[in-house]
Amino acid sequence: MLPSAEVVDLSRLQFGATALYHFLFVPLTLGMTWILVIMESVYVMTGKQVYKDMTKFWGKLFGINFAMGVTTGITMEFQFGTNWAYYSHYVGDIFGAPLAIEGMMAFFLESTFVGLFFFGWNRLSKEKHLMVTFLVAIGSNLSALWILIANGWMQNPVGAEFNYETMRMELTNFAEVILNPVAQVKFVHTVAAGYTTAAMFVLGISSWYLLKKRDTGFALRSIAVASGFGLASVISVIVLGDESGYTTGEVQKVKLAAVEAEWHTEPAPASFTVMGLPNRDAERTDYAVKIPYVMGIIATRSTTEEVMGLIDIKNENEQRIRNGMTAYADLQRIKSGDKSDEAIAAFKKSKDDLGFGLLLKKYTPNVTDATEEDIKHAAKDTIPNVFVLFWSFRVMVAMGVLMLFIFAASFYFTAKRTISKQTWLLRLALFAIPVPWIAAEAGWIVAEMGRQPWTISGILPTHLSTSSLGAGELYFSIAGFIGFYTLLLIVEMFLMFRYARLGPSSLHTGRYYFERAGAPAGLTSH
Amino acid sequence: MTFIDYETLKLIWWLFIGVLLIGFAVMDGFDMGVTTWLPFLGKTDDERRVIINSVGPVWEGNQTWFITAGGAIFAAWPFVYAAAFSGLYIALLLVLFALFFRPVGFDYRSKLEDPRWRNMWDWGLFVGGAIPATVFGVAFGNLLLGLPFHYDDTLRSFYTGSFWALLNPFALLCGLTSLSMLMMHGAIYLQLRTDGEVQTRATKAAVAAGIICAVLFAIAGIWIAFGIEGYRITSIPDVNSAVNPLTKTVEKSIGGWLSNYHTYPWMMLAPVSGFAGIAIALWAGKQKYERTAFLFSSIAIAGIILTAGFSMFPFIMPSSTDMTSSLTLWDAVSSYKTLGIMFIVTLIFLPLITVYTSWVYRVMRGKVTIQQIQDNTHTSY
Repeated sequence: MLPSAEVVDLSRLQFGATALYHFLFVPLTLGMTWILVIMESVYVMTGKQVYKDMTKFWGKLFGINFAMGVTTGITMEFQFGTNWAYYSHYVGDIFGAPLAIEGMMAFFLESTFVGLFFFGWNRLSKEKHLMVTFLVAIGSNLSALWILIANGWMQNPVGAEFNYETMRMELTNFAEVILNPVAQVKFVHTVAAGYTTAAMFVLGISSWYLLKKRDTGFALRSIAVASGFGLASVISVIVLGDESGYTTGEVQKVKLAAVEAEWHTEPAPASFTVMGLPNRDAERTDYAVKIPYVMGIIATRSTTEEVMGLIDIKNENEQRIRNGMTAYADLQRIKSGDKSDEAIAAFKKSKDDLGFGLLLKKYTPNVTDATEEDIKHAAKDTIPNVFVLFWSFRVMVAMGVLMLFIFAASFYFTAKRTISKQTWLLRLALFAIPVPWIAAEAGWIVAEMGRQPWTISGILPTHLSTSSLGAGELYFSIAGFIGFYTLLLIVEMFLMFRYARLGPSSLHTGRYYFERAGAPAGLTSH
Repeated sequence: MTFIDYETLKLIWWLFIGVLLIGFAVMDGFDMGVTTWLPFLGKTDDERRVIINSVGPVWEGNQTWFITAGGAIFAAWPFVYAAAFSGLYIALLLVLFALFFRPVGFDYRSKLEDPRWRNMWDWGLFVGGAIPATVFGVAFGNLLLGLPFHYDDTLRSFYTGSFWALLNPFALLCGLTSLSMLMMHGAIYLQLRTDGEVQTRATKAAVAAGIICAVLFAIAGIWIAFGIEGYRITSIPDVNSAVNPLTKTVEKSIGGWLSNYHTYPWMMLAPVSGFAGIAIALWAGKQKYERTAFLFSSIAIAGIILTAGFSMFPFIMPSSTDMTSSLTLWDAVSSYKTLGIMFIVTLIFLPLITVYTSWVYRVMRGKVTIQQIQDNTHTSY
């Protein structure tokens, strides 16, 4: 008995929600660790106390965020097993490895040294403490590497093949999994987005201190670090965008066509749809505003290569679904005991399309008896929600461009030493603090909703991947996760605002605004 | 790679997962024990902060043993990862929800002065210690009993039991054994890292928890010998090849979990270390040999967990409703290639982790005192 559509939808909702929650905290950790390394390096090199204070104060905010990252991260390590048991069985042989390596190589490093970052100030020499901070940064960034190798494999599953003895995918080439081009671009793009997030965070909060005219020396130095680091990062995010990975892999092609809402393959170079209302049922984009040539050049980096349109992809997939029915029949033959060379050879020929055959399970459990109508339905399923992808992508890009402007302007005025006078920019930076988060969440929506209807592109459909759970259990867990996370998020935001408002005075060094005689009271916390 | 055959790799991975689980119980075990005692052994806010800060700088790394054990089970035993965590769905969620209190509890508790705020987080930390410590024992108890699950011909697993059925008398006994074991361990850790009043109370607490643990462990042993059916493989294809779990046959009989101790008498070292470890740890604690006490408390934990492991060997997750669906270390594993790669990775990183973890403990060594907390009131947890 296959999981009901309700269970599949609820499982997706839960995974999506918990992953997006987790990713509220991850990018700040990824970038903040490097900003702390930069600030502390300056302290070690110059011996100036203010840089130590900067490391400690921004480190405090980092800690408040880090705790939530860990809290929401624990879930992710176990959720494949709890909610995606068939997925875990089917691809655990490959997918489990990067997750386990992440634990041993990266997360251990990060979490062992993060305690020393906070508590080691008086027990370690300056240089050793800097090394500890550096190891935390290396650990958190290596973490991202392995997680994105795992995620990249879901988008472009290389180095594996199906084993009919154990009814699952098994590893054939680990180097291919690690060097997966999709994983590589994802890693660079994602960590650079994390650096941008942290830079925006420091820039925005420091701008507020300048607007309030308190702790200006501290704030200006923080802005100097954040605007330089942020400008470099945001340029990396844009230049090393995910798009360069869209040329390989099954779902990657679909995503590219979907974010561009390209229904029919256009002669190269294709035009770029700036705006419009993609209509999945009618397979067209209403009210489209197009710029000729631009998309083809961005997507393929050439003027001659074509970007395949969604309808053509769908027609191609329909053929693969038909092959998949053959593959499924061949597999059934082997499973029923016929392990002759001939039966195995027949399966080998068709097995690459087995996953496409499995798409039909949604319509008929036996696959091989699918009607023409079932096949058409299944082919249509291979096109994800174009509307959501199209707009999420545009939101992400718009946020990226806005940040590029803010960082470039901040960098320019910092270099000219007139940033304190640019109140418009300081205000803009303050209100732009949420912008990198919007971009990151939109980016993940493109990446993961664009992968539908697959959990593993071309291999395993989502509707087969879940655990055999009841809807009641899922309602319980979804309520639990969302309830807990939301409550903890409120607490986190409360502390974050409180400490950001206090600023470096929260360090109780006696050197900052609220600690001076005549300053307004505000020092009740630790 | 042909340096080790598949069969040996499968055995090695049973050992590795064992090492990770014991590593988790020893390292994160004292965090869970310490926070379970927190509301009871700390009478004032300063005392509670002493208790929290005794584990504050290191608990995060310790918890990684849990995360890594989860990841390693995924990579090496994907069948177990899938069937166990989806089958024990509600139980695992309870553990996760309880664990949520720890990262935020440690970091946020002392950031505000309001006593209600702090008291609330103290109880959160208590939950974050006591619930997982108990549920892990309950899970082990149910593994010994066998879980109601089976596979269909696509190897999709179906769990047919309810959450409440997990809370049967034997499993609850195991849960309390595990809780008292980690409470003993936590109290012994507190003896090592604190002084004064807190240390005196911790010494008494360790004795109480240790004695309870030894008694419950003995009862569980008797129960296993006379009241519980153990499983045995009666036929299985060549274990040196890729084995589909549905190709073996299994039978069960009362006292069956003891048969390994008849075949391999050296395995008796595990239960003996459990009892002896507790006895020596409690004695050493009384004599103020605090490091020795901690060492033997850790040995006791290893002994108790290994007792469960040896009894069930080669089973990992027996099925009570469809015995052939039972998962063993021979047929619940990843491919030869994945096991081989992960073997090398573990061989490199586990020693490295041990080295840098030891360095961190060396840096943070010494007693945590009330004086220290008062001097560093803005930077301590």
